[in-house]
Order: sequence, then structure tokens, then C-alpha cells
Amino acid sequence: MSIDYNQKIPNNVDLSENKTLQRALEHWQPEFINWWQDMGPDDSQNFDVYLRTAVSVDPGGWAHFDYVKMPDYRWGIFLNPAEPGRKVNFGAHKGEAAWQEVPGEYRSNLRRLIVTQGDTEPASVEQQRHLGLTCPSLYDMRNLFQVNVEEGRHLWAMVYLLHAYFGRDGREEAEALLERRSGDADNPRILGAFNEQTPDWLAFFMFTYFTDRDGKYQLCSLAESGFDPLARTCKFMLTEEAHHMFVGESGVGRVIQRTCEVMNQLKTDDVAKIRAAGVIDLPTIQRYLNFHFSVTMDLFGADVSSNAATFYNTGLKGRYEETKQDDDHQLSDATYPILEVANGQIIATQAPYLNALNERLRDDYVRDAVAGIERWNKILQKQGIPFALSAPHKAFNRKIGPLSSSKISPAGKVLSEAEWTHHHLQWLPSAEDRVFVASLMGRVTQPGKYANWIAPPARGINNQAVDFEYVRFN
Amino acid sequence: MAATTVGTSQVTILRQHLIDPEICIRCNTCEETCPVNAISHDSRNYVVDASKCGFCYACISPCPTGAIDNWRHVRADHAYALADQLLWDTLPAQIAMAEIPIVGADDTAATLPDDVERIAAASTSGQGGIAPPPWSAAHPYVNLYSIQKPALATVSGNFRLTAEDASSDIRHIVLDFGNASLPVLEGQTIGILAPGLDAHGRPHHVRLYSVASPRDGERPRYNNLSLTVKRVTTDHEGAQVLGVASNFLCDLKKGDQVHVVGPYGTSFLMPNHPGSNLLMICTGTGSAPMRAMTERRRRKSAPKEDGKLMLFFGARTPAELPYFGPLTRLPKEFIDINLAFSRVPEQPRQYVQDLIRAKAEAVVNLLRDENTYLYLCGLKGMEKGVDEAFSDICSRHGLDWKSLQAELLQQGRYHVETY
Repeated sequence: MSIDYNQKIPNNVDLSENKTLQRALEHWQPEFINWWQDMGPDDSQNFDVYLRTAVSVDPGGWAHFDYVKMPDYRWGIFLNPAEPGRKVNFGAHKGEAAWQEVPGEYRSNLRRLIVTQGDTEPASVEQQRHLGLTCPSLYDMRNLFQVNVEEGRHLWAMVYLLHAYFGRDGREEAEALLERRSGDADNPRILGAFNEQTPDWLAFFMFTYFTDRDGKYQLCSLAESGFDPLARTCKFMLTEEAHHMFVGESGVGRVIQRTCEVMNQLKTDDVAKIRAAGVIDLPTIQRYLNFHFSVTMDLFGADVSSNAATFYNTGLKGRYEETKQDDDHQLSDATYPILEVANGQIIATQAPYLNALNERLRDDYVRDAVAGIERWNKILQKQGIPFALSAPHKAFNRKIGPLSSSKISPAGKVLSEAEWTHHHLQWLPSAEDRVFVASLMGRVTQPGKYANWIAPPARGINNQAVDFEYVRFN
Repeated sequence: MAATTVGTSQVTILRQHLIDPEICIRCNTCEETCPVNAISHDSRNYVVDASKCGFCYACISPCPTGAIDNWRHVRADHAYALADQLLWDTLPAQIAMAEIPIVGADDTAATLPDDVERIAAASTSGQGGIAPPPWSAAHPYVNLYSIQKPALATVSGNFRLTAEDASSDIRHIVLDFGNASLPVLEGQTIGILAPGLDAHGRPHHVRLYSVASPRDGERPRYNNLSLTVKRVTTDHEGAQVLGVASNFLCDLKKGDQVHVVGPYGTSFLMPNHPGSNLLMICTGTGSAPMRAMTERRRRKSAPKEDGKLMLFFGARTPAELPYFGPLTRLPKEFIDINLAFSRVPEQPRQYVQDLIRAKAEAVVNLLRDENTYLYLCGLKGMEKGVDEAFSDICSRHGLDWKSLQAELLQQGRYHVETY
């Protein structure tokens, strides 16, 4: 029986016009489905999930909501429309026409960037695959699955680039993307944060808030790329990424909301009493925040990086909002402050800007992440709870870069090894914290019911009610 | 610019696009999507430049939170500046139309068309004239488009609501207003000007239809509204008569254009305060305002905040009950729905008043609540039966309906529109 893959792989890249590429993707598609069945959301293959499916890149193509069985989700290939006359906007090639084909000399660097980005997509699906079994509501289950299928689509987006522009190497990389496994000792995912576990829903919300926001910043810098197909692909992926951050921000906000409600009912800030009432105490939320924030800091890479300089100089990866920066977009003589530890203190020193581009992106990210934490604090203020969450210092708990050799408190104080050992459980979730949070995770699947530890959302998805049947079990 | 002219003055009202800073998560999607770079941000807020926004709505559907979908009517020369928006923690409330300063305005309000006055008087006679609106009703815009200067709407959908074999043809008609500003509230009506001339060579009378969609439109984010229209084929006495406006509307095709006047109605409006209950009684196309109010509550529904909804809805058979399918799918906790059918073969005839009696306790409890608002819309014939049923159940529960009714009326909590 012949399968119409034009229908099976929705796309706006004229896939049927390029038979070689079409065959390559046809070959990869069943492997992807196998991967999804093995490593996608656990025990969910037969559910009807109320999902948003991108059916086109224009704004109208976004409003398409319907019940879908996840293995039948139409993973498609979508690039933002080409911008006529687009130029390379930074680096040594600034002012040249943007590349429609891979420049030979940058081939391996470009492939590396795409593979690194692509690897995070299936990784997060793997990290989150058991969460459906402990969802706090149908609404949250649906959001989890929406995030999962869109991570799957982002993998498709990267695989399309590998297949379309990198020949045999690209096809091999595309297969390897399905072979690595998050947390696997022998064949792990490329980046550290993507080998951490996402064991509970608080971790999931923190992950979608902090780590998916790293995704936003990486995609924004890649969307500036002089390699036009990559730029257009990432631009479209960003539209989907927004929903993931929404899930994280509103998820953590609802946890805070519920905790505040219980604290006000019981008129207590005693952690033991709050935990006994079945909600997550604020200090534990702060520790989760510290952990996810610091793990995500590492995703931006070393503070001083010659790779970052090369990627920029060769026009492959720009800065966040590159074209809105008011400078020469070449940065050859400019400097940028980075942090280092000297004489028991953190001090700022100037590094060549090109080498400090990871740090620059990290700083852009921190500003954005901190603004959201302030929005969580508004919930606390509204509820009259005298507690404020805060982002730890960006040098806290680092595992990558020069700062990783020092122990630094969330407030930015350099500590001795002994001080760190003594205090770190106040700052990072302990095994006991995780066991407690895990103990709250029971599955709630009745429409309109929400687990005790989380408040219902202010509004449903696509204007549906909060008690809408977002997932149907068959 | 979505603009309109108010009354006889020349002040332009802008429907300004704004982003709710409380809900926005700063994902940047809108800024990225905007084709005219009207959206920008600082470290605090995302904001829309009123002088650039072209109302293309491209940013609306990609927004993951709905923060982008906020609109305020303002004087075009008093639009919120970017500098103001950047400082907001919350969106400002809508300034009531009456409070929007109009420099050089003619003080005499434009008068309503005679037809509209006549119909309004007839349809509210059941309650003794036009009652005050609920205290928490939003401020309605009235009479923005006159017979001399009607708005031009385009039909974007026309669907039959009743089964093909049902004896009545009731339709759901969606009108799109393009760039014209025609803000309506649930319970308001608009007038339709059927084309052509009557037998006396005069233009047809204005026909009024209750809007069936909530204030943000049938399809939110698009400048549209819906009507529930029954094709009139007989007059009150049962003689064969083809209703001019209803047949004109029912025969419209997608893309056809219609002249619209209005909106009208300052009384039959819904309360907006938390905890306010809606007790709705209707027959046939009288369901239009009830659908609008229900849909408004459903879309805005914040649990724990909103009050109870109770609906009594009568039709001949399920096949003739407009919106039967969607209605039956609404969650029970959201709305208590009671459907009465008077012509189901081999079943006793049941009317809305029968169900009111059957649900006496729940109805009386609602009537005792000072946050309950009562709406009656449909055929004139139902008024008497409903009145008797209320009288009955009240006396059985130690209430005096006549004095309660007077109190309700005076407090803007009792609204009748019958024809």
C-alpha cells in the first residue's frame, strides 16, 4: 500500500518537489515513530488529547485545536516565510546576502549547532515521559502532552535541516538523535541539564520555565543566523516555545497560589504544618528554583568561549535581538564583563566581547527569568504572604566554566568547601524534599478536578472551561 | 484604525489594542509576529503602539496566554501612550463611553429611530416599560449607526440550527464588521435594514435582533457578532406571510453584505459582579441573549467568582431547539439547564412554567438571593404562564411574587423582552 507522505508530513518546504529529501525523511519517519512509542509519554498511546497542531505558519494556522491521538499527531516541517533580500547581519560576512546553502567552510560548525539544538528536543520528551502517570489534572496532562508533541516537532525541524543540507553526515546525525537517551550512562544526551531527571511536576514546571527559556534564547540567536533556512526554522519554533514557557510560569504560579491559600487558611508559615496539609512549602519551591536556575545557567556554556566567537564571527549564531543592537555587529575591539573569583571574591573583568558572547546571552536570559520570578512574587503579595522568591546569583552551583571550581552561595558569596557542605541543603532540594514532593504526586483525571497542591488555572486552553475534558481515555 | 463617529460630533473613537501586563509572560512571540513592528518591550512590559497597529490580528492566535487579546475604547487623540503602558502593573479599566470627553460635542443625543422606540416599548410592556439595568452592567454603546449612516457588515457564516426536517428554520448568522467599530453587550439588539422598498414604495421598517454572541464576538478577536434568526412564514394569526427581514437574513450567503443600525438597548444587560446569578427563561429565538450571556460567563469563567446560571428553555421538539447540541454539552456545575418540549409525540406537553414549578426549591432559593437577575425572552404567550408559576412557587415558599417582582424591577433585576 502506498502512503501519501505529502499528507503524512505536512510542510511548507515543497517536500514533494525534492524526491531525494522526501525519501530520506520517509525513511526517518518510522524510526521517529518507533522512538516515540518507546520513549514518548508513557502509557498514553490511545488517549485523545485536545492539542494545538500547527497546520501552517501564518497566524491563522495556529488556532487549530482538536482531539488527536498522540502517535497520529501531524508532525510537520514549517519554516517562516523567506524575507526577501535578507542579509547576514553580523560578523565577518555582515552585509552579504544570507546563505541559502551551507557555506562549505562552516559546514561542520553549523552541523554541530544544529545537532546540539536538535538533541535537546527528544531529550526533554524522554525526561518527562512518566509525568502523565502523576498529572494533577486533565488540563495539566494536556499541557504536558502539548509540550511533548511540540518538542517532537522541533526535532523534526532540526532533522529536516540535517537531511536537506548535510547529506550523508546529516542523515547519520539524524539517526543518532533517536539513539541517544537522556540520563543513559553509555549514550547520554549532549547537554548536562538534559540528562537530569524531571521526577515530579514541580520539577516539570521549573524545567519549562527555566530550561525552555534557555531554548528561547538559543533559538533567538539562531534565528539571527546568516544561514537562512536555520533562521527561518528557528523563528517558527519560537512561536511554539512560548507555550512551553507559559506552562512553566503559570504552573509554578498556581503551586504558589495554592500554598498561599493553605497558609492563609491555617494562618501558619510552619513548614511541617504546611507539608502536613499537602501543599509544597515556599522554601522548597525556592530550592527547586535555585536548582533549575543554576543548571540552566550552565546550558549557555563557558563564560569565555572561542567557539562562541567563531560562531558569531562566521555569521552562524548571533546575539539575542542582534539587529536591534546599536553597535557595529562585528565586535572586534569591544569588551564585555565576565565574572571570576579572585582573592575570595567575585569580581568582574573585561573579556573580548566575541569570546564573551555566551555570557552576554546568559545575562539577557537572567533579566528575562528574573522578571518572571517577580510576577510570582506578585501572587505572594496579593495573598499577603511576607515571602519573596529570588533568583540565585548566576555563579551559584555552576558545573561549567571557571566559576565551577569555586563554591558560591545564592547571594554571591564565595564559600569554603566546608561552608558549602554545611549549607548547601538549605539552597538545593534535598533527597527528602524530593521524596516529599513526589509523595504529593497522585494522578487526578476527573474533568475539573485539580490536585490539592495546585490551584486551577485562571482560564482554560483555547477559551475552553477549566473543567473541559482535555484528555479522553479510551 | 477601528474608528467610529459618536452621535453628531466628530470625535473619533479608537479601539486600542493593549497587552495585559499581569498575564503576559514576555515570550516575545507577538513582537516577532507583528508585521508592522507595532509591538515593543522593555524589561517590564510588552506594549503596542496605537499609531502603528493595523488591526491585522496576526499576533492574537500565537499568544500562549491570551494577554495579547485586550482592547479599550478611547478617544483616538487620547490613546494610551507607550510611556504609560510601560509603567502599568495592570490594565486600566474601560472608561465608560459617557466619560470619554468629547470636545465640541452637540449636547443633544441623537434620537432613536421611530421603529426602534416602538419595538422597544412593545417588547418591554410585560414588565411595565424599560427597567434600569443591573448596577454592575457594563456601559452600553447605543445608536452608533443611524438609518442614514448604517454600518456595512459582511456575512461570514449562515448555518441552520434546527434539524432539516424540523418545521421551523432557525439560523445562526455571523456578521463581520471589518474595520467598523460596533461594540455590543450581551442582551443588546442591532437593527437590520432589509434592502428594497415595501408595497408603498417606502424603505422597509428596521427589524431588531438580539445579539447571540458575547461582547468579544462570536469568534473572539475578530470583529464579528452572531444573530439567531427564525425564518418567518406566518403571521401571529397563522396566515401565510413571508417576513421581509428574516427571509432576507436567512437567505444570505457568505460574503453578502448587510446594512446594520444600532446597537440598541440599555436595560436588558447582564450583571458583571462576582457572585451574580442569572435566571434565564426563554423560548425559541429568545435564546439569543441567553446564549450571549452564557457564553460570556463561560469564556470569562473564573471559578469561585461567578454565580449560578439557571436556564429554562422551551421549544416544540429537541430538533427545533436552537443550540441544542452545544447546550447539552455544558458542564452541570456551570449551568443548570432545563429543557421543555411541547410537541414530542407520545409525551405530555411540557412548558417552561412546568419545569419552573418542578424546580421550585432551586428557583426560590435563587429568587431569595439579592444577586439574582431574571431574564425572560421569547414569545409573548409565555409571559402569563411564567408569571403564574412564579406566583405559585413563591406563595408555597412564603414569598409574595407581586411585591418581589416590583422590587426586582426597581433594582434592575427583572428584564423582559417578548414579541
